[in-house]
Amino acid sequence: MNEKLIVSTSPHVHANSSVRTVMVDVLIALVPALAAGAYFFGLRALVLTAVTALSAVAAEYGWQRLLKKPVTVRDGSALVTGVLLAMNVPPTFPYWMAVIGAVFAVVIVKQFFGGLGKNVVNPALAARAFLLASWPGAMTTWTVDGVSAATALGILKEGGQSLPSVADLFVGHVGGCLGETSVLALLIGAGWLFWRRVITPEIPVVYIATTGLLTWLLGREGFLTGNGLYEIFAGGLFLGAIFMATDYVTSPMTVKGRILFAFGCGVITALIRLYGSYPEGVSFAILIMNLVTPLIDRAVKPRRFGEVSSRG
Amino acid sequence: MRHRLFRGGVHPDGGKELTRDKAITPVAPGGIHVFPLGQHIGAPCLPLVEKGQEVLRGQLIASPPEGKLGVSIHSSVSGKVRAIEVRPIVGGRALSIVVESDGQAREVDFDERPRWEELSREEILPIVSGSGIVGLGGACFPTSVKLSPPPDAPIDTVILNGAECEPYLTCDDRVMREHAEDIVNGTKLLRRIFPDARVVVGLEENKPEAMEALRKAYDAASLGEVEVKGLPVMYPQGSEKQLIYAVTGRAVPSGKLPCAVGCLVQNVATVRNMYLAVAKGRPLMDRVVTVTGEAVAQPGNYLVPLGTLVADLLEAIGGFREQPGKVIAGGPMMGFALTRLDVPVVKGTSGLVAQLRSATLVEPEQDCIRCGRCVEVCPMGLEPYRLNRLALLEDYDAFVDEGGMDCIECGSCSYTCPSMRYLVQSLREAKRTAGARRRK
Repeated sequence: MNEKLIVSTSPHVHANSSVRTVMVDVLIALVPALAAGAYFFGLRALVLTAVTALSAVAAEYGWQRLLKKPVTVRDGSALVTGVLLAMNVPPTFPYWMAVIGAVFAVVIVKQFFGGLGKNVVNPALAARAFLLASWPGAMTTWTVDGVSAATALGILKEGGQSLPSVADLFVGHVGGCLGETSVLALLIGAGWLFWRRVITPEIPVVYIATTGLLTWLLGREGFLTGNGLYEIFAGGLFLGAIFMATDYVTSPMTVKGRILFAFGCGVITALIRLYGSYPEGVSFAILIMNLVTPLIDRAVKPRRFGEVSSRG
Repeated sequence: MRHRLFRGGVHPDGGKELTRDKAITPVAPGGIHVFPLGQHIGAPCLPLVEKGQEVLRGQLIASPPEGKLGVSIHSSVSGKVRAIEVRPIVGGRALSIVVESDGQAREVDFDERPRWEELSREEILPIVSGSGIVGLGGACFPTSVKLSPPPDAPIDTVILNGAECEPYLTCDDRVMREHAEDIVNGTKLLRRIFPDARVVVGLEENKPEAMEALRKAYDAASLGEVEVKGLPVMYPQGSEKQLIYAVTGRAVPSGKLPCAVGCLVQNVATVRNMYLAVAKGRPLMDRVVTVTGEAVAQPGNYLVPLGTLVADLLEAIGGFREQPGKVIAGGPMMGFALTRLDVPVVKGTSGLVAQLRSATLVEPEQDCIRCGRCVEVCPMGLEPYRLNRLALLEDYDAFVDEGGMDCIECGSCSYTCPSMRYLVQSLREAKRTAGARRRK
């Protein structure tokens, strides 16, 4: 009976989760928003997503082959970065620029810092900021039903056209980035991520609530004049709060830390939207808080068992 | 008071359905029996028998050195001492007494004590120690020592641990269902030792039959004040500190023993064996072992004489259904993977789990993706990802500062890690190294 036995130290069982299953869940959660993008902006939205997704995966593969490192594209993280990047650009964005954005995200933001888990800021958002700085025109060209149109936040900031209705904002029938307009579709995705326990609610809830509360309190016309509900449905807040701010790598490790992080995101978003020169502040808010994450992790610790005084 | 849940924890697949309805079945394969001299926490025993000597079942064959921590060892079979030599055991090799069974199980005359209910603390403790009783949950700490807390730490709550939170294991469940009366009688002994303490039995809610059996038995013995408390199913509910917290709401301070918060925890099977030892005069000779796992032909709960070789036990119950990948002594969360099967069942062997080759983990480690799950599930409120990094950097001072020594090695972090990182594995090593450095 002395068969060859496999030996390792405990534990000898593992939860059925891996980096790959996490990434697959994120991709599934993005399907409704992607479908909404295709519905409102046409099939070009899908082609653009395929372009960024493929170039992100190809960039990771090429870079790792070039450096003779183990190729990790199978974990799905580059694919997620690529899809998220498409979500964060206008549906009319030129393909060649999108390719550059995807390569920037994967090679410079992620691989330069050591690959998955080591990057300091969210790759898709950093690439978005890079594209916005490089081609501000192409990054702010919006259309609805094939006609050029300003975003709701743009109208709030600059005036001009009449504002879209709250209902249009909720379903996503407005100008904006490919994956950000449909709050409804994003919420369905969020439901999937919660149900699959990929993310916990603290970041999206605190982030959105803080932004809503602050925009209402501070108001565009003065104290208490804001329409908090309209403000949170407009722009990329739901996309940012559900899919970008919850990025594992660049958000804090503890619940308390994540609440603090989300609160910071909310404050910065509201301040940029109300007082900044950009109409939208979600990406910059998250990028700034990404940089604060190591500090939060150092300061905010879980309560250790037995640290509290005993009681009878 | 509603029971409160400890923080963190995981839900590993139970696997208990394989054996939870299998009644305890005695198995005595005979052959060679190996009794390692050190199978408890403390100093190894000194042998009291010689090669060639005849021994009886229940005979004292080794006892701890004078004045040292330890408990006695008794033969579980009748037969002849073949050798006193170094033999393979779970996790290494150890000097052992090797007895060849004659298959007749001739017993010594056990000294029954009809007036056991009137014995005093001073009379009970030496019997418990002399009967070789240790914590049967797996820790193997001498029970008599645990029952003698320092006088400045009065015990007001005695907790019987029937949580059995390890997946696959059902031996305690079966003992509670089939021998509830013995546990009740053992409780009476505990009450002789701690007359003023409240007694609570804590078990996970997935054992309704055991709960029912114990409640009935306590009521029948007019011990209705003993509370049988169902606890949420959550690993590691049976860990001493987590159990105390769930039952009393008290958190044992870092680095302290349960008596610091007035609590004492004993495994239910240990309590049953206390009764058998004190009232019936029967020392610890057998234990219930859950032999299970998808690779085992006939999973079940078996009453096995201590010292039986794992290979003999497996053969006696029908062997493997399929070539196993891993055979684990203990449960899948904290047990030891065996390198060979000619090791003996010892006092701490609560289970043998044979995993299919296809279910055996051989995943390579990947980089941390900072998902935070290890922090979320750590029942001690630690940050395993950070401790892992410090362990790999061999920065033991920082490891201790970050609470590394508080790790209870439950394995929840490694279980949940999507990057398959060797978290608890590295923490275990670092704890050992840091502990050794501290003692220097």
